[in-house]
Amino acid sequence: MRRFLLFTPLILCFILGALFVKGLSLNPTDLPSAKIGKAFPSFNLPDLKDGTQKVNEKSLTGTVRLVNVWATWCPTCKQEHSFLNKLAKTEGVEIVGINYKDERSKAAQWLKRYGDPYTFNVYDEKGSLGLDLGVYGAPETYIVDVNGVIQYRHVGEVNAAVWLELKVKMQALGWSADKS
Amino acid sequence: MKYIVLMLMLMLFSLPSFAAIDTFKFDTDEKRELFRQLSEELRCPKCQNQNLSDSNSAIAKDLRVELYRMVVDGQNTTQIKDFMVERYGEFVLYRPSVNSLTYALWYGPFVLLIVGFIIVFSLSRNRKSAKKIVTNNAVQNASSSTQTDIHQQRLKELLDKKDD
Repeated sequence: MRRFLLFTPLILCFILGALFVKGLSLNPTDLPSAKIGKAFPSFNLPDLKDGTQKVNEKSLTGTVRLVNVWATWCPTCKQEHSFLNKLAKTEGVEIVGINYKDERSKAAQWLKRYGDPYTFNVYDEKGSLGLDLGVYGAPETYIVDVNGVIQYRHVGEVNAAVWLELKVKMQALGWSADKS
Repeated sequence: MKYIVLMLMLMLFSLPSFAAIDTFKFDTDEKRELFRQLSEELRCPKCQNQNLSDSNSAIAKDLRVELYRMVVDGQNTTQIKDFMVERYGEFVLYRPSVNSLTYALWYGPFVLLIVGFIIVFSLSRNRKSAKKIVTNNAVQNASSSTQTDIHQQRLKELLDKKDD
């Protein structure tokens, strides 16, 4: 028994080592949203295309959808844009955009030039909705369920590989491509 | 020449944390101090290993403005921290709050320290008792050797008797 106790430092070393090795494979920039499982923060902001029309969080209920935070100043947003177009067209995903700290004219021009995958866009000029959502860098994509509750957040580009993950999560929430 | 050297040396003293404060005006010193303290204690969500006062990223700038607004508004440390945690999670706190998730973080080192003391204490006690055993054995050996002497003597006496 006493002999066995002599090995405790070695065993502790192995446990710590295993934890460190695990730590190496974790992505340190991957931080969980504080908003998971919470209702989408309430807002009352103008629509991007029609500035006189206001939209609020109630427009985000009724179906499982993606909410995509984007801006024309964000290079990764441009990268993912064509994939979002494809998602909206071929997969029938409903995507709502949040135009984050941007200029209305630039954003409108962007949508004209690169195509518009969004059902509608919230024009968050000051970034107030972004702040309430805990956005720390565009692009960010949220899965919002039927009741308008945030279920998942992806930070960074949405591409085919990410979509596979998102799709599984959306299907688990009752989403199906043919429904919409 | 002297002045140029002096000016160059003064340039070395432009600390970044001061730079962040100078753009904001406060009506009381307490508010200025609170802002300074919180902007150093809150972590920038985007840039990982920098606090709000260090970072030049867009989100850190926004959060500094938000922090300034709240400080001027007269909100206290808890209110401001709650606001940030509600949006960005515990991650933003460089000094995490004490709750069931962070008990290991806060008290783990002390537990390890106590465990270390116990191990050192028990090891030294074992060594002491081991020494005692050794000396006890020595005493026993000594006494048993005198016994053999007695036996030998007795044997010799008996042998001598037989000669008679």
